[in-house]
Amino acid sequence: MQSDIKKLSLILLFAPFALWITLLIIIPHMGMVVLSLREKVAPRVYEFGFGNYIDFINEPIYWNTLLRTGSMSILVTFLALIIGFPIAYYIAKIAGKRSRGALFLLCLIPLWVSDLIRAFGWILLLRETGVVSSFLLWTGAVNQPIEFLYNDVTVVVGLVYTVILFMIVPLVSTLDGMDDAMIEAGYNLGGNGLTVLRRIIVPYAMPGIVSGCIVVFMLTAGSYLTPILLGGKNSSWFTEQIYDQFITRFNWESGAAFGFLLLAFTSIVVWLGLRLTGQTLANTVAKQ
Amino acid sequence: MENQEAFDLECTGVSKEFGTVQAVDDVSFNIPSGSFFSILGPSGCGKTTLMRMIAGFENPSAGDIRIKGKSVLNTPPNKRNVKMVFQHLALFPMMNVYENIAYGLKCIGTDKATIEAKVRDVLDRISLPDVAEREIHQLSGGQKQRIAIARCMVLDPDVLLLDEPLGALDLKLREAMKIELKLLQHQFNTTFIYITHDQSEALVMSDHVAIMNEGRFEQIGRPEELYHKPTTAFVAGFVGDSNRWSGKVVALNGDRVQITTDAGQALWCPQRAAAPLSVGQSADVFIRPEFIQAVRKGAQTGAAGQENAIEGRVDSVLFNGANSRVLVRGPSGELIEADVVVTGGTDDLRAGDDVRLDWPVAQSMCFAT
Amino acid sequence: MAIASQNKAYLFGYRAYLVAFFVFLAAPLVAAGTFAFNDSLFPALPWQGFTLDWFFGTTEPKLGMFYDRRLLSGLYYSFVIGILVSTLSVVVGTSNAFLFVRGNFPGKNFFYILMILPLVIPGVILGISILVLASNIANGAEDALNLEIEFLRPGIFLVVLGQFSFITTITSLVITARLRKFDYAMEEAALNLGASRFQVLRTVTLPFLRPAMIAAGIVGFLVSFENFNTTLFLVGSESPLTITMFDRMAKVGSTPVLNAVSFFLIIGSGALALITVLVQRDKSSD
Repeated sequence: MQSDIKKLSLILLFAPFALWITLLIIIPHMGMVVLSLREKVAPRVYEFGFGNYIDFINEPIYWNTLLRTGSMSILVTFLALIIGFPIAYYIAKIAGKRSRGALFLLCLIPLWVSDLIRAFGWILLLRETGVVSSFLLWTGAVNQPIEFLYNDVTVVVGLVYTVILFMIVPLVSTLDGMDDAMIEAGYNLGGNGLTVLRRIIVPYAMPGIVSGCIVVFMLTAGSYLTPILLGGKNSSWFTEQIYDQFITRFNWESGAAFGFLLLAFTSIVVWLGLRLTGQTLANTVAKQ
Repeated sequence: MENQEAFDLECTGVSKEFGTVQAVDDVSFNIPSGSFFSILGPSGCGKTTLMRMIAGFENPSAGDIRIKGKSVLNTPPNKRNVKMVFQHLALFPMMNVYENIAYGLKCIGTDKATIEAKVRDVLDRISLPDVAEREIHQLSGGQKQRIAIARCMVLDPDVLLLDEPLGALDLKLREAMKIELKLLQHQFNTTFIYITHDQSEALVMSDHVAIMNEGRFEQIGRPEELYHKPTTAFVAGFVGDSNRWSGKVVALNGDRVQITTDAGQALWCPQRAAAPLSVGQSADVFIRPEFIQAVRKGAQTGAAGQENAIEGRVDSVLFNGANSRVLVRGPSGELIEADVVVTGGTDDLRAGDDVRLDWPVAQSMCFAT
Repeated sequence: MAIASQNKAYLFGYRAYLVAFFVFLAAPLVAAGTFAFNDSLFPALPWQGFTLDWFFGTTEPKLGMFYDRRLLSGLYYSFVIGILVSTLSVVVGTSNAFLFVRGNFPGKNFFYILMILPLVIPGVILGISILVLASNIANGAEDALNLEIEFLRPGIFLVVLGQFSFITTITSLVITARLRKFDYAMEEAALNLGASRFQVLRTVTLPFLRPAMIAAGIVGFLVSFENFNTTLFLVGSESPLTITMFDRMAKVGSTPVLNAVSFFLIIGSGALALITVLVQRDKSSD
């Protein structure tokens, strides 16, 4: 009788999970793939085929945009790691007990502010009539306003800004769990700063690093606001292409194909990253 | 009928298997009302499983458990009048002390005034009348212990189970709590079943102790019986300290047997009446350190030489006040522990001294292996 | 001494880097918030003096955010969507936590990975895939049964579903982490003290999970509130705030009223983030 109750409660707990994953994740994604394999041959007449994917291959702008999005996302991920790691290390290991909480909070608060507002802030700072340009004029360093927006450097800076906290937060929690004695033992046994970092700290923090990198990469590759607002209409971000197909051209078939390509592309990058670092999805992202 | 009512808890032929592992194997015992009963055994011996079966968290594969004469096999854990103090106490951190103690009463729907009176009463009895409004994390280790007991005792259980509750305390507090637990048990006059792997806890507090090993009860008895009259080699080795030699029986002489150790040393032991040894059997010999006298070689002793004697050289002196010992390297290289008196004078034994160890035959214990 | 002074210089440099980072972190937020108080029609220098008009102004051109009907309705829809999404995702997240911590069933690891997956799917794709499915069903119903299923057309219902689809992963992870720390002996203790299964859940297990459930709810609300990528494809005529603001920025050009909204949201989300940290702090570890 007891095992019957156990079985029943297991089924009751499994039901919401199954409904959620099946109805909102699996079936919609299958539907998207099916839609992407449909070609419009005449108004309201469709045929099965790879036409949408062939279009993608035949049009260099499309795949260039995807490659550009991918490579810039990898760059942003790398920069976020390099810039964020020392910050996370300071918060987790160097700061005193009280300032640690305060610093972590300082990191958490901007994390929950909308991308839109953050990008808006950058626009106010960087545009031709913005704060930085006005300031430079006022100091006399330049004699005419400068436009800092609408170039790749600004897009990368803006993206790093948007995602870096998603790198820092998992790193802090991983490093926080590390016993200080391990670092001290590393020095005690004769290691210098660099070897301790390379042989002890980084391997220990690897799940956090990989987790941060996956989330950051996915957020960057899938971001829409920051490239559009900071890079302008010609920022050539792949999500913009998807939006364009769906909303502007109302070509859902091709939009679905692009969506699937973005998903496949980012998944392959994440899978490669996991393979190269010897981690799994379950012991990285799931731990946060 | 008269007899049965005298027992708070009876277990008959209780067994429990997990897959192919026999965790508890045919255990039977009765515990008379109002006594302090300990189950002592190394970790993994099945004592926790046995306790969980009494509490109702596991069902025995075979056998019967009766509380106050009534079988509880079909009673779910929340309906058994057996309360349990958990290893890490499992006090509820989101409730204060009062709410923790009142929890069980609330569950059975006791009215507010009665709950209030009972909680105050039990807090008085554990001598912590002023902590009712405290949060759990504000209590000291010893206070938490007492609250955990109070939380059970307020429900007036037939049997209180304690699952190594002292394990998490530091040494000093543990010593104090041992005495306190014994006093509490007297005060409540409820049957306590105490599970531990720490022999000193079991010996100090209990009226009766069961020694458990590999799912079975090796011996049940009063603490001094277990110490002085162990019935199995396991009990002799597990309870108290002892020196141990393995060997073979070479001769029988009335109520004595002679055993030659694997290293060739001849030792005399009393014959065991319950399970007599015969020539050729292999056997283990145990001698407690306090029965071995270490004398510097050549020195005159008051007592005549004992039948069992070994010569050796002091390897080191382990000074521990009244419990000081010497480690003596025997002829075959084994280390033998013996109690000594260390006065701090010039006569004390020192490392490197040649000594003779001797002890009375009556204090040797031997078991067939 | 040489080492000590070298360490000092090193630590000083490290701290300077930290300060620079936090300046970088704060600069755009400060810029976005400060111009809300500039008495000018454009969010730009020079500073024209302090005003609260962009919050409370009642007339054009300085119509304050609290009198701007489109912004207020955006705020309202964001709020409704946020509450729905966070409630739903906490309920399902709690159920998932019990499923994965307590349950024992074949393929558990596989399902666990499946649970994490929505977090690493780009939001844009979640949006379009749900849009495609809902539209297919709605179109199918219309063609075959001549039935118009209004709620499967872009609108609040689809926005809630879209956000729920990945926010549930976040709430599940937060609540699962807390449930894993639960000492199972506490449930046994409650049972031992005479509580029924249901009483144990109500008086011991759920109160233990409560801080995590509150924190997960707030996080879910914040993520829903600021979400743009998924929402963009699913939104109907009832635009939530981020969409309304984006339209303004792109089409009308920015006025300081957007700064006022930004200021309001920065303070609001900061306060909520603070609450999540406070409720999750473990009392007993002090």
